[in-house]
Amino acid sequence: MLAKRIIPCLDVRDGRVVKGVNFINIVDAGDPVENAIFYDQQGADELTFLDITASHEKRKIILDVVEKTANDVFMPLTVGGGIKKLDDIRDLLNAGCDKVSINTTAIVDPNFISKASNRFGSQCIVVAIDAKRYAGSTPEFPEWLKGNTPMDDLKVENGAKWEIYTHGGRRARGIDALKWAIFMEKCGAGEILLTSMDKDGTKDGYDLELTRAVSTALSIPVIASGGAGNLEHLYEALTIGAADAVLAASIFHFRQYSIGDAKRYLNQKGVPIRL
Amino acid sequence: MIVIVDYGMGNLRSVEKAFQKTGADVMVSNRPADVLNATSVVLPGVGAFRDCIGNLETLGLASAIKESISIGKPFLGICLGMQILFEESEEFGLHKGLGIFKGNVPKFISTTLKIPHMGWNKVTLRKKIPLFDGIEDGQYFYFVHSYYVAPVDDEIIAGTTEYGGTFTSMIAKDNVYALQFHPEKSQKIGLKIIENFVKIA
Repeated sequence: MLAKRIIPCLDVRDGRVVKGVNFINIVDAGDPVENAIFYDQQGADELTFLDITASHEKRKIILDVVEKTANDVFMPLTVGGGIKKLDDIRDLLNAGCDKVSINTTAIVDPNFISKASNRFGSQCIVVAIDAKRYAGSTPEFPEWLKGNTPMDDLKVENGAKWEIYTHGGRRARGIDALKWAIFMEKCGAGEILLTSMDKDGTKDGYDLELTRAVSTALSIPVIASGGAGNLEHLYEALTIGAADAVLAASIFHFRQYSIGDAKRYLNQKGVPIRL
Repeated sequence: MIVIVDYGMGNLRSVEKAFQKTGADVMVSNRPADVLNATSVVLPGVGAFRDCIGNLETLGLASAIKESISIGKPFLGICLGMQILFEESEEFGLHKGLGIFKGNVPKFISTTLKIPHMGWNKVTLRKKIPLFDGIEDGQYFYFVHSYYVAPVDDEIIAGTTEYGGTFTSMIAKDNVYALQFHPEKSQKIGLKIIENFVKIA
């Protein structure tokens, strides 16, 4: 039986690990390669680097981090953040990462996901979706989606519960998160990394309704993200939320729990887990 | 010298690094001559069947691989490198493979299972093979694939995995080993398999 996956996430800026709380108040906390080895030894099922390096000139640093990580860590590695071109994906894969996670570029360029999955295979294309409960504000609907009839269905006005945000949760995009996820699957996404912007950084638990809605609507795997504060939250996301994997940063990063703690807990509760 | 076949697709780097980690004498090449001169051959694989067989044929690697297998060189196929050994696949239309083994490569079809089959799943051994020396039955390995092999000859099946039903996750016949999972991504236990292959290579 396929095991549910536990995925620690490391936010990396300028080649160093950081952790944002609600994407603000970032604290420096170490070397990404050392952190990766630490999680590998603990039996993490995969590892994700979210590159939040702002300046374009420093973006190559992540390639070096990936390369060094891949020398010592033999588990699936995903890198997200700042991927704009197909060559960015190629460079990351060549450096030794297995999957790339794409957020804003999927929204800005309609064909990017299908082009990427055609070239590199859908198994390595993760679409990251930052979703927030739709409050009914006036949304900004991306230019490319306007007037494009079937695409108009993706607008939040048409009964959306969650809206897509980009730029670390600062920019509403006027797109229905659930319909967007379905559309991304059709475009060739191999997996969805679903972050609740309402829950991220709260330690209050995942948005279970959002997770379940997206996971049950799709036939590709869904990773729940945003809000993990304790082990029960992981359990809820994998059962009530029907997620295939859970991603968490601070509970592991600040050593509140080890990956082993999480796995033993989930195993005891009957979740299929690789111990 | 172990040659990892480069056919312009997939993540060769992690396969190469995993072999290097075991201290093996390994080289990545897309030249048929290197494949023919190799003591053993590794065919990794991520991507589409159609592109894989297309590239292997264009580069002249298909015949070099077949030749290497037929003269008894140890061969390790990984993921797509396993699927390509069969006669044909339905991925993006019907495409012919290398035809080393009889059988085809169907897609997982399910309304309840997530596809791709992505993550850690157990391999149940059907026979004792040197690749699994020191590895217990029923261990977890990392998978990522939407298609699986359906061999005609039951004898070649060395391991199976449950996903919806039972599918063939490992093949062993004489000098040919093939794995649906990724040993290079399966942490310590995956490296153990690579180490075992290096011993016979």
